[in-house]
Amino acid sequence: MAFKNVDLTRYSFEGAQADAITDLSTLDEFDRKRLLYAGIDVNAKERSGSFMHMNHSGVHCQSTQEGLELMDIKQALKTYDGLPQYFWKMVDPNRDEYTRAAAEHLHGGYFIRARKGARIEAPVQSCLFIKGNGVGQNVHNVVIVEEGAEMHIITGCATAHGTREAAHLGISEFFVHKGGKLTFTMIHNWGEDTAVRPRSAGVLEEDAVLVNNYVLLKPVKDLQMYPTLTLAGRGSVARFNSVIVAPEGSYVDTGNRILLNAPDTRGEIIARTLTTGGTIINRGHIGAYQVPARGHLECKGLILGNGVIHAIPELEGTVDGVELSHEAAVGKIAQEEIEYLMARGLDEDEATSTIVRGFLNVDIMGLPRELEQAVEDQINQLDASDAM
Amino acid sequence: MLEIRDLHVCIGDVEVLKGIDLKIEAGETFILFGPNGSGKTTLLMTLMGFANYTVTQGQILFKGQDITHAPMYERARLGIGMSFQRPPTIHGLKTGHLVKMCAREREVDVEDLARKVNFDRFLERDVNAGFSGGEIKRSEMLQLMAQRPDLVLFDEPESGVDLENMALIGQTARQLLDGMPPASCSMKQQKARCKTSGLIITHTGYILEYVNADRGQVMYDGHLCCEARPRDILDHVSKYGYQECLRCLDSDASLGQIKEAL
Repeated sequence: MAFKNVDLTRYSFEGAQADAITDLSTLDEFDRKRLLYAGIDVNAKERSGSFMHMNHSGVHCQSTQEGLELMDIKQALKTYDGLPQYFWKMVDPNRDEYTRAAAEHLHGGYFIRARKGARIEAPVQSCLFIKGNGVGQNVHNVVIVEEGAEMHIITGCATAHGTREAAHLGISEFFVHKGGKLTFTMIHNWGEDTAVRPRSAGVLEEDAVLVNNYVLLKPVKDLQMYPTLTLAGRGSVARFNSVIVAPEGSYVDTGNRILLNAPDTRGEIIARTLTTGGTIINRGHIGAYQVPARGHLECKGLILGNGVIHAIPELEGTVDGVELSHEAAVGKIAQEEIEYLMARGLDEDEATSTIVRGFLNVDIMGLPRELEQAVEDQINQLDASDAM
Repeated sequence: MLEIRDLHVCIGDVEVLKGIDLKIEAGETFILFGPNGSGKTTLLMTLMGFANYTVTQGQILFKGQDITHAPMYERARLGIGMSFQRPPTIHGLKTGHLVKMCAREREVDVEDLARKVNFDRFLERDVNAGFSGGEIKRSEMLQLMAQRPDLVLFDEPESGVDLENMALIGQTARQLLDGMPPASCSMKQQKARCKTSGLIITHTGYILEYVNADRGQVMYDGHLCCEARPRDILDHVSKYGYQECLRCLDSDASLGQIKEAL
């Protein structure tokens, strides 16, 4: 099934510069709320660092944490002579028109590096924000976890309240070096009029671990992405966890790809998708080219109302001895489960929303408590809509 | 507490219950025996109100109210509780959370209740996810303790349970049926508290070691027959099997024909 295209000529990729924001808590109430739902704490409590990019400019960048480097990508390119080891190494600038647009016209993005052996306890937060009609945004992010380092990044992408006709093109490249561990949590809070084309790829060295969490609970007009992780080092482990909700009007085409290119590697892709009227294409691909290698892919979809879910799981092995499995299901809530809860005194609506909340469980992501609460609050708000 | 009048129930096009009459008084425990496929579980499911069980004739009264066509949750809120034999797994829903929901507005100490059935380690686990036979039963008991129904329906409480767990489950079933009396109370008080009724399906009769069963009957091919003391029924069935019931029913029928002829 082919990917949908976005007509980039409809958006303006110039002239939407924004002023620096010294203190994120000075943002107005509407913006703060949009950010909160994208996982961003404007008070930066219990955060190792904060970064914000608005429209075409980096507007905020602050960190005092030792062992953590956080700067605008433009600054990093200057400081490190163009970052030859990292910049455009995992994503090909000529891959498609979106990567070309981002290559030709770089607005900014974040450069985050955890230095060798550094354990960054509190998450680093980054926000990519669009405010204004017709704005097209190009960002390029580079994340590096050096040998033995550990870091959690929470990145929230959002449009301001009332923003019409926006587009976001984002390149992200991840490098997790020997024994490093990265947890990368991305929360999308786009508008029902936003087109989104992230292009992400990463590589893991020996014994590296990358856990990639993705949460999309709000409407988005048209989103397509297929991040790929290459497990190049022996003993490396990658996991994708996704929770995706598509209300009416949303078109979401997402997938996760893991390439097991070294022995003793493990990959896991777990996606929970729910449509209450929108379209979700849920792809997944695990390729195993060395042994021993193990991979498991799980995509489960719930249809409530008139939505569409198209699950396309793919497993590919090229050597004797790979162990790959997948589990896919698309359907409605089991009547048996509803009746079980009704026998305990819950009415049908209560039973349904209890099961849906369980289905969209973000427990396994290991999010900070207050973020998990914010996500759960949003899931609870789904209950109030007519679809449930 | 419960009165069933001339109940006929179909699953799809097949009539499974063919005219059931049964009365269970407050505080009384009734045991239902019968071979596989006789309709025992159908009776329980119908009383609870499951969607696939269609009442084509007759009436179910609970606490004097006609609940024949009431939705499940209304029956549960009126005071009917059920211990499932094979409950579904609900992913992402913690057992502890479900127990709390069973209590509805009432405050319950979930941890404390869970300790009583040795289940406190399972409260953070997803409901029924990977539970063994005994664990399922303990989870069901725990939910019922929080729910505190006035009529408890037990669907084969001993199935899939090892002997050690059987004692715990049997004792808990008894507590549920006896009500939970304070530490010191007279026999009279205890009897007065004992308002919970029970309807238990059993194959093996192990549960009889633990609960005070007042009456029992055999279900055979959608009919109830042979009312007797539960122990006597069990002894009889273990000696002669359920074929005996068939003969008994046949002779009843021929008796009816003779009466008609007269």
